Amino acid sequence: MAEKTMRDAINEALHQAMAQDDSVFVIGEDVAGCNGSPSGDVGAVGGVFGVTGGLYKAFGPNRCIDTPISESAIVGAAAGAALVGMRPVAEIMFADFIGVCMDQIVNQMGKFRYMFGGKSKCPAVIRFASGGGFSAAGQHSQSMYQVMTSFPGLKVVIPSNAYDAKGLMLQAIADDDPVLFFEPKALYQEACEVPDEMYTIPFGEAGFVREGDDVTVVAFGQMVNRAAAAIDALEGEGISCDLIDPRTSSPLDEGAILESVEATGRLVVVDESPPRCGLTADIAGLAASKAFHSLKAPVQQVCAPHSPTPFSPELEAAYLPSVDKISAAIKATLA
Amino acid sequence: MSIPRDRLERAYRQMKTIREFEERTHAEIMNGQIAGFTHLYTGQEANAVGVCEHLNDEDTIISTHRGHGHCIAKGADVIGMMKELFGSSEGLCKGKGGSMHVADMEKGILGANGIVAGGPPISVGAALAAKIRNNGRVAVSFSGDGSVNQGTCFEAMNLAVVLQVPAVFVIENNYYSEHTNISYAVGCDDLKARTEGFGFPVFVADGADFFSVYEAAGKAIEHARSGNGPAGVFAETGRFHGHFVGDPQAYRAEGELDDLRENSCCLKNFRAKMAQTGEISAAELDAIDAEVMALIEASVAAAKAAPRPTAEQVTQDVYINYGAA
Ligand SMILES: Cc1ncc(C[n+]2csc(CCOP(=O)(O)OP(=O)(O)O)c2C)c(N)n1
Ligand SMILES: [Mg+2]
Repeated sequence: MAEKTMRDAINEALHQAMAQDDSVFVIGEDVAGCNGSPSGDVGAVGGVFGVTGGLYKAFGPNRCIDTPISESAIVGAAAGAALVGMRPVAEIMFADFIGVCMDQIVNQMGKFRYMFGGKSKCPAVIRFASGGGFSAAGQHSQSMYQVMTSFPGLKVVIPSNAYDAKGLMLQAIADDDPVLFFEPKALYQEACEVPDEMYTIPFGEAGFVREGDDVTVVAFGQMVNRAAAAIDALEGEGISCDLIDPRTSSPLDEGAILESVEATGRLVVVDESPPRCGLTADIAGLAASKAFHSLKAPVQQVCAPHSPTPFSPELEAAYLPSVDKISAAIKATLA
Repeated sequence: MSIPRDRLERAYRQMKTIREFEERTHAEIMNGQIAGFTHLYTGQEANAVGVCEHLNDEDTIISTHRGHGHCIAKGADVIGMMKELFGSSEGLCKGKGGSMHVADMEKGILGANGIVAGGPPISVGAALAAKIRNNGRVAVSFSGDGSVNQGTCFEAMNLAVVLQVPAVFVIENNYYSEHTNISYAVGCDDLKARTEGFGFPVFVADGADFFSVYEAAGKAIEHARSGNGPAGVFAETGRFHGHFVGDPQAYRAEGELDDLRENSCCLKNFRAKMAQTGEISAAELDAIDAEVMALIEASVAAAKAAPRPTAEQVTQDVYINYGAA
């Protein structure tokens, strides 16, 4: 099987879904690129992160659609097209720009099905590049998925590797509900084996990245690799851990997490977002309310502090959860 | 419009400072010394300087992701800015903001901004404060040809008219928003007319010519300052680098960049004008160039030697100062 980067895996999913179903189209800023430009080389960009590369040349201007800088209209247009039967995949470049188009996502797209008495479908996917690690400072580094998880009606996907990204993207496009798809931008270049054929990964089914007996570690997105590195290093000290990647924060595979916690009695939750009302608190709360009697130690939350993301590389390194911090948290549950 | 000689000298010095700041920043990014996302203003200097030469420290500007030029033109400390780009704790924003968030409240710089069209509504707020206090200040926001398509920009322009506040909207048309040309992204074929449709006058300028921008901005700022409500400046300009450092620029026509650098350089144009009028000699301009080069060199040396931030600073200035992360 060929190794593919997460960027290429998502790109392949988009190519295949568009070839299979002509109601699928992509829309966003520079998803083609160079429209109206004197070079005439329309399609040369394929998204600022390169995820929609080649789609313009393969499917033309009706299905790979560049927009002005207008995030509210992009999301709204995707939601509207989806309401009348299309399957749009919109790109909002940086997850932080959710700040601009929150209404269309939260009050509009996310609530149609429920408010309309179950009589509508809105099969739109909105893609975002999320997370830190690039010294991109306060407005280009947030993960945002933890915020969006709190809104009922929106499905929230956070792939942690190229294989999952492809299967989850194909599932997102096939899904009849609105899906927010967060691509940790630090992982675009990370590669693993990815099948050429189409496959889906169901939402609400966690992935088991490591299996062990002593501690349950739950990690999201970019933090899955760091948690795995911490766990692998601790193996030499005789500590073995389950590493669970929920893959979707909404729906959340509560069963997988609780089952593991019941077996280990110890829980570490890792996410790069700030702590308040975030995923680490959410899952700590889950364990406290549904696995309390199994817990042998306080749940450890490893996350960013309650501050915006700083610019300076040293500050950002201190800001994001590190392998060392994750190891220390695992050990703390055993102390 | 006659401009006193000392102001002329300052305008040239500011444009040259921006140019060399940007060229050096480009080099330091290539050297791996500056992290993050940086958007260079090279080529557009006359716009920032032509506008800011009409402003004092009490007037405000709000900038964009391409903010270095606006900030320098409004009086930001060049050394503090370079330290910020290098991520030092002595930077203008203590290394917390970097290139996209340079700000200096003392100088009326309400910040560069990483969100396209995040600025105009905030600028309307500053203008509203000026109107309420009746203190004669104006608030300038800078936008690009892409930024003007954002709902926040429309809302800000309309609100400024409704409230009749002294907001000045400067639109720098460098023809591209990232990789997309204005001819695609602006639906109508006359952005100036579209902007005027909000209900305020828009003065047109050649963004490669300091004197043209100075004149247009003078009219717009005078209009706003004297209580006639908002006004706009629409400048045609060109950026000499990619959208960001590393941009392959597949959207450019062949020879476009050479043509821009050759024929749309505000420094060359300024020198040509001075040669014509004889107001400042070439030797005097050369002397300014040398001083600017020395300042930029000093700023980089200072930035390299400046203290690095430490982990406990991560959680300071949130709404309280927390302890170590
Ligand atoms: C809300 C938002 N959308 C998209 C972006 C990404 N982005 C940064 S700059 C830019 C283009 C801006 O074009 P323009 O307003 O013409 O300014 P220029 O870059 O030409 O100075 C885009 C799309 C952003 N930073 N914020
Ligand atoms: Mg532009």
